[in-house]
Amino acid sequence: MRRRGLFIAQLLFTLAVCAFLIVPVILSALAGVTENFLVGLKSGLTVRWIGEVWGLYAETIYLALLIAAACLAITLVIGVPAAYALARIGGRTARFIEETIVLPVAVPGLAIALALIIMYGGFRDFRASWAFILVGHVLYTLPFMVRSVLAVLSSMNFLELEEGAASLGASFWQRFWGVVLPNAKPGILAGSLMVVTLSIGEFNLTWMLHTPVTKTLPVGLADSYASMRLEIASAYTLVFFVMIIPLLIAMQLLSREQKQKPSTSEDDQTDFEPSVSRGEST
Amino acid sequence: MKHDTTAVSLIDCAKTFDDGTRALEPVNLEISGGETVVLLGPSGCGKTTLLRIVSGLEMPDSGGRVLFNDEDVTDRQIEKRNVGMVFQSYALFPNMTVAANIAYGLRVRKVAAADIDARVDEMLNMMHIVELSHRRIDQLSGGQRQRVALARAIAVRPRVLLLDEPLTALDALLRDRLRVEIDTLLRSLGITSIYVTHDQAEAMALGDRIVVMSNGRIAQIGSPRDIYHRPATAFVADFIGTINRLPTTLLNNVGVPSGRDVMFRPEDADIVGTAEAHFTGRVSSALFLGDRTRLILDCGGEETVVVESTLRDPVQAGAEISVRVRPEGFIALDTDSRAI
Repeated sequence: MRRRGLFIAQLLFTLAVCAFLIVPVILSALAGVTENFLVGLKSGLTVRWIGEVWGLYAETIYLALLIAAACLAITLVIGVPAAYALARIGGRTARFIEETIVLPVAVPGLAIALALIIMYGGFRDFRASWAFILVGHVLYTLPFMVRSVLAVLSSMNFLELEEGAASLGASFWQRFWGVVLPNAKPGILAGSLMVVTLSIGEFNLTWMLHTPVTKTLPVGLADSYASMRLEIASAYTLVFFVMIIPLLIAMQLLSREQKQKPSTSEDDQTDFEPSVSRGEST
Repeated sequence: MKHDTTAVSLIDCAKTFDDGTRALEPVNLEISGGETVVLLGPSGCGKTTLLRIVSGLEMPDSGGRVLFNDEDVTDRQIEKRNVGMVFQSYALFPNMTVAANIAYGLRVRKVAAADIDARVDEMLNMMHIVELSHRRIDQLSGGQRQRVALARAIAVRPRVLLLDEPLTALDALLRDRLRVEIDTLLRSLGITSIYVTHDQAEAMALGDRIVVMSNGRIAQIGSPRDIYHRPATAFVADFIGTINRLPTTLLNNVGVPSGRDVMFRPEDADIVGTAEAHFTGRVSSALFLGDRTRLILDCGGEETVVVESTLRDPVQAGAEISVRVRPEGFIALDTDSRAI
């Protein structure tokens, strides 16, 4: 009886915490589709505000996606080989390099942005283009790609797989494309989702690096909170959710799939008979 | 199915790693075509390093040379040497099915698809794993992985087959079974093979010749019988099988110069009457093994002596017995060669 009471108390507490977190989200989302928030839901539902957001801020959405895609491309091209190299070097040197790459995550985004502006702000065209924001994003997201790929590589004994492939006559590039990359795929996929999610939602750095013509989605959001009516800002938030939530769910599914993967099946090794063919048992 | 066999020569192959550790002293070794040579020794003796030098995964220190049929392959990377390799962890590709693993070596050689399929089928049949061909590697048991690894290595018709402790990861029962199978396979292929193991039973069963290694050097090269019955050093004698060592001072009726240890195998001793005995001892324990009884004797020396008797009526622990060693059973070594 007491245990049951305890269970109910815990359940209520959990639900309360969830409500505390979720209710504002629902309210905000509702605000985005309500005719007049001050009047409330009875004023009616509408997609007008979403249309307005599209008219006002479509550019920022495109730019956020463009930067995220470019950021992903660059982190793939730099991060995957970097992780591979680090996994090969191993030891203290590799750890030191890894820590160095991770540094931008620990340093406040504003500080990095400021450093970038001081360093490269003088190059007018560069400063004015979205490539300037891209550099910040790459700095910030690269460690997530490197670490994610490195973790998978370290867990799969890729050196021996490569030696196996080499013994069968595979050249370096054949090994890299045919054996290393396919087996590192879970890490690359997880890293990619992370990079895209972080890049789309990045605000600290972007706020400092943007210009009036290179606003990304989160910067636009801040702008709309400051200067637009609440319904538009909320509708904008809704658009952001719609973009980011599928990515988050994909990330969750991916990590669950990796956990469920059977590691080995050494258990049935005594029961097989060499010369007798067995049918598929699974 | 027979290959044109490849002889392997290692000339002054030494290996010093970057951190300065000397894994291998200069080694010279001739392996004739079609021969199965087992590199045997405790871990860290340099056997795996030697295998990796043959494979091309390691380069010997300068001066060392590796020849395949008089052709110098020292500067050739592993992918250009056409060797087949079976790793202790099998190193099967988890991203491919069993069939794709076996086909891999042929695919990177750009063999025609139809020929690849035929060869893969042949391999699957030979290794009795046809029903596994579409399985993923993580769905296989240890023994099945072992077969796939062998099939994959043989599929490319390598000049030399290199096996690095291929059975170590398996349980004892399976190990015995696969040992017989590998032996049959190597003999039917007639391929030059180098097999690394720390298991002396495996070495005895599989090797045409055994190369016993210790501390980066070759301690002895010989047939399994040679190694067992005529060990060159005390290390070899100790490492292979069970050996008894008795100081001559404890012995009667033996024409061995004093100052030398006398060694003999447990199965070369008989329980006899006191008059003929070479030595006597008190049985400290008697272990019944079914076909024989193993007696552990305390003879007053530093080490106990192990004797095996096929007599049916067991000797009880605590009894005093007299033992005679058969004349061919004596292995005489210098006491100071006892360097391990």
